[in-house]
Amino acid sequence: MADASYPEDLLYHPEHDWARIDGDVATLGVTWYAQDALGEVVFFDPPEVGKNITKDEPYAEVESVKAVSDVVAPLSGEIVEVNTGLSDNPETINEDAYGSGWLVKIRMSDPSERDGLMGQSEYVATLTS
Amino acid sequence: MSRYTTTTEADLAAMLETIGVSSLEEIFDRQIPEGVRLRERLDLPGGRSEQDVYAHLRDLAAKNTSAEDELTFLGAGMYDHYVPAVIDMLMSRSEFLTPYTPYQPEISQGGLQCMFEYQTAISELTGLAVSNASVYEGPSAVAAAGYLAKLTNGKGKFVASAGLHPHSLETLRTYAHGYDIEVVEVPLQDGVTDPDAWAAAIDDDTSAVFFAQPNFLGAVEDASALSAAAKNSPAVVVAQVDPITLGVLAPPGECGVDVAVGEGQSLGQRLDFGGPSFGFFAATEAYLRRMPGRIAGETTDVDGRRGFVLTLQTREQHIRREKATSNICTSQALNALGGVVYLSWLGKEGFVELGELLVQRTHYARETLAALDGVEKLHDQPVVREFALRLEVRDVDAVIARCQEQGVNPGLALPDGGLLVALTEQRTKAHIDKLAEVLGAAVSEQRTGTGQEVAA
Amino acid sequence: MSLLNENRQHGDPGIEHEPLHQDVPAGPTHESPLQRDHATTIFEKGAPGRRAFQCPDMDVPVVEGLIPEGFRRKSPARLPEVSEPELVRHYVRVSKRNYDLDSGFYPLGSCTMKHNPRLHERVAALPGHARLHPMQRPEHAQGALELMHNLEHALGEVAGLPHVSLQPSAGSHGELLGVLLTRAYHESRGERRVKVLTPDTAHGTNPATVTMAGFEVVRVATNDQGGVDVDDLRAKADDQVACLMLTNPNTLGIFDPNIEEIAKIVHDVGGTLYYDGANLNAVMGISRPGDMGFDIVHYNLHKSFTQPHGGGGPGAGPIAVSDRLAPFLPKPVVRRNDDGTYDLDHDLPQSVGRLRGFQGNYGVFVRSYAYICSLGAEGLKDASETAVLNANYLLARLRELDTENRIPLAFGELCMHEFVLSGAPMKKELGIRTLDLAKRLLDHGYHPPTVYFPLLVDEALLMEPTETETKETLDAFAESMAAILIEAADDPSIAQNAPYTTPVRRLDEAGAAKRPVIRQPL
Repeated sequence: MADASYPEDLLYHPEHDWARIDGDVATLGVTWYAQDALGEVVFFDPPEVGKNITKDEPYAEVESVKAVSDVVAPLSGEIVEVNTGLSDNPETINEDAYGSGWLVKIRMSDPSERDGLMGQSEYVATLTS
Repeated sequence: MSRYTTTTEADLAAMLETIGVSSLEEIFDRQIPEGVRLRERLDLPGGRSEQDVYAHLRDLAAKNTSAEDELTFLGAGMYDHYVPAVIDMLMSRSEFLTPYTPYQPEISQGGLQCMFEYQTAISELTGLAVSNASVYEGPSAVAAAGYLAKLTNGKGKFVASAGLHPHSLETLRTYAHGYDIEVVEVPLQDGVTDPDAWAAAIDDDTSAVFFAQPNFLGAVEDASALSAAAKNSPAVVVAQVDPITLGVLAPPGECGVDVAVGEGQSLGQRLDFGGPSFGFFAATEAYLRRMPGRIAGETTDVDGRRGFVLTLQTREQHIRREKATSNICTSQALNALGGVVYLSWLGKEGFVELGELLVQRTHYARETLAALDGVEKLHDQPVVREFALRLEVRDVDAVIARCQEQGVNPGLALPDGGLLVALTEQRTKAHIDKLAEVLGAAVSEQRTGTGQEVAA
Repeated sequence: MSLLNENRQHGDPGIEHEPLHQDVPAGPTHESPLQRDHATTIFEKGAPGRRAFQCPDMDVPVVEGLIPEGFRRKSPARLPEVSEPELVRHYVRVSKRNYDLDSGFYPLGSCTMKHNPRLHERVAALPGHARLHPMQRPEHAQGALELMHNLEHALGEVAGLPHVSLQPSAGSHGELLGVLLTRAYHESRGERRVKVLTPDTAHGTNPATVTMAGFEVVRVATNDQGGVDVDDLRAKADDQVACLMLTNPNTLGIFDPNIEEIAKIVHDVGGTLYYDGANLNAVMGISRPGDMGFDIVHYNLHKSFTQPHGGGGPGAGPIAVSDRLAPFLPKPVVRRNDDGTYDLDHDLPQSVGRLRGFQGNYGVFVRSYAYICSLGAEGLKDASETAVLNANYLLARLRELDTENRIPLAFGELCMHEFVLSGAPMKKELGIRTLDLAKRLLDHGYHPPTVYFPLLVDEALLMEPTETETKETLDAFAESMAAILIEAADDPSIAQNAPYTTPVRRLDEAGAAKRPVIRQPL
């Protein structure tokens, strides 16, 4: 993705993660800013389905050629699905960060945590400050 | 100015002026606190001419008894194989000898391609999909495999066969103490790892199991059975393998081994009193991202040309820092180059022929020596290039000393009257017969008491 | 199988890339017409049945079935099948695709790429050294043990610490030993400390080592002058700190002016002080880690004491320690007996054990010992003085050439044996990154400096010219740097797409990492 974009329908975490909530399931990924800072993603090491993740703590790693970054959970919950397509095409995270580049889906354990996340305009403001 | 520095008086004056200081001393005075300046001369001799240094190093060399000076059957981890002339020639080329680690791949294709070729050769030898570009040497490679297991499964115990080289066992214990893993040693039975004790030692808290092929006493282990015993546990199966035996012995990858490591000295490296040689480290595909050390990979450049780069670098210390798969940085690239040149020199057929020659000569030596009075086999297991004897004497060291007086080094003394004898292709039937004559006489002398005063 | 055919076979005419700028010096390794061959590996050469090895005669009776069938290899390893001429030509051609120190300037920061005297190769190859078996009994290895003893003494003298172990195989191996010694020392006092402090300028090997030795890494900040932030250190130094690992001068080329105070802070809480000897080449005969208060020092024999780097080893990483750590040194230790003979002592009840097989990389010791004999006390000091002079001169020449507004010095005014420039203004104003500058230097026939390290400096360029380079080389290199900046001001795309004259151009590293091909498919 050449140009920065931050969809309005997502919730954002200061560690450059996004969440899309649908009922009690949330889809998680990294933002345009994160994938741009990292460079071309060459490997995504997903967590196992069934594992519990905790808000504000790392749950996976993404790697570029010369960097490794922890991916921080914006919400707590149990992993119900991981994006298996990323093992063959990790660069999808760069190409379509909010679509086919999603990382995991979780069943939220505490839906009220969403209140602590930022909206699009609030998140974008943190990037320019 | 020494003969390796270049600054003339005129250079110095011009350089100081450019820097903007009045003297060299000023550069140091402005940066180093006076309290930690060394104001005396180092307590070392003065410099010497090239020819004087040569003479001194030559004189020291002359005080050693090398494999050039005696007929040696010493092994126990390093072996007096013939090193072909092409290795000396290629390893001394400036282009291989004097670059650093290939951080700039565009001007390091030679070294990177050699790593890639080396990885291919090690992968072929071991029957394992993944090889790195070398580690330091054998015993620390065993310990590095332990760290891989620890990072993989986090369990608390290593199970190690007593048939590992003693240096490997000690090194593993030293490393494992660092990351708080207990090492449980399984004894030998009839020269090989006791299968019952082995199976009994492996449990749900076993992080890795370790055995040697062949083991320290030269015996060929039942690698498949030892691996199978660990299959229902979380343990990573690690084998320390003598690579020169892989022309005749089943590759570890076909025996259920997860990680094969070992000492590469047998593959075209000098003895060098213990180093530098190289260690090899190979594993199944599952451990690709847990490997220590450098790995070269194939790719293309912007014009589509085939090229090679260091790859999967996110495993390594310069990127992952405290979470790295290992702290290794400088390794043994030049020696690994020697290794792949050696394997290419032997070739597909030669590698097998050499292994067969070792098996036959070793068998001949074992039977010939075991037929001597006062000498018996320590075990009856199959052997490839090394075997253990028991001498019925009080003092094996004295027997060895007596043999060395006659220009034959019969091998390494083991506890309880043992003697470990190693063969290479440089030891012919005539040499073996000579060993039998000298060893037989020395054993006989000591058994009848006539040799004691000589040995003392 | 001529060169022409081989190239045609791969649809590649061989020499198609002319340098874009003909005035750029091609450099010593860029003259061979071979260097632009399509790469083929040894596994793609030869033919079935070819060989370079003639097996010695089977001179003993052949006995069948010595190895039980179940233990035997079923199909041979698919090793190359080439003749000796093919083997030699292959590797000679491959070698020409390498840049090397013997051919040109190699200012790779923190690597100390100094000249490798050829005398060292000659003496190391003497059979009395090269064919000495490591299990030879000590009475038959007196020359080797004497050499090791003498080398230990010399290294101890340079560090100002009395006890030396030569065993570790490289710097990071020495680090591991040093941290394990620290652990053994604290354990012997009944303490299990958990933290090791490292500054944020440290080499990656430091934190990696700390984890391997069972400690937790605690980072200490760097102050405005590029040294340890003493207040931050004081705040973090407590009775759980086992050790502080420090490089001094550090990876910014800065000698820490507060070193005495730093040592006191760590010693006051009962910790040890570890000296990463990567930068020892700045201070030999000038300042000694032992006198600075360090308890443990590792040396990189392949840096300060000149080993050929071999494209990434071998090296050696001996360590020196103070009296309180000596009982824990690894086995065996070389001892000089009263009668002047030498022995290997394995009887060390408090030893941490072993870090590797045998006695260490003896062949490396021979070379470094020869170096120390050649230079002597004055020569070692001269080496460090000249290394520092050359670094400061290169820095000053770059300033003279007006590069400071694009690639300013990151810290300080003077430097020790190396210095760090920041390419951040260059990136901002010219649109080229440090990586681009480095790649363009390849076209000028140089190995670039270390790039993107230390991490603390944005767009870092770490330069270490070493003492064995001439003033003329430094002048020419500085002019190339300046010329690249001028060229980039005019057209940044030239550097952005460099190099042009090398055997291959920029490589797809992301592709290599995504879909790893790490062996030749057969």
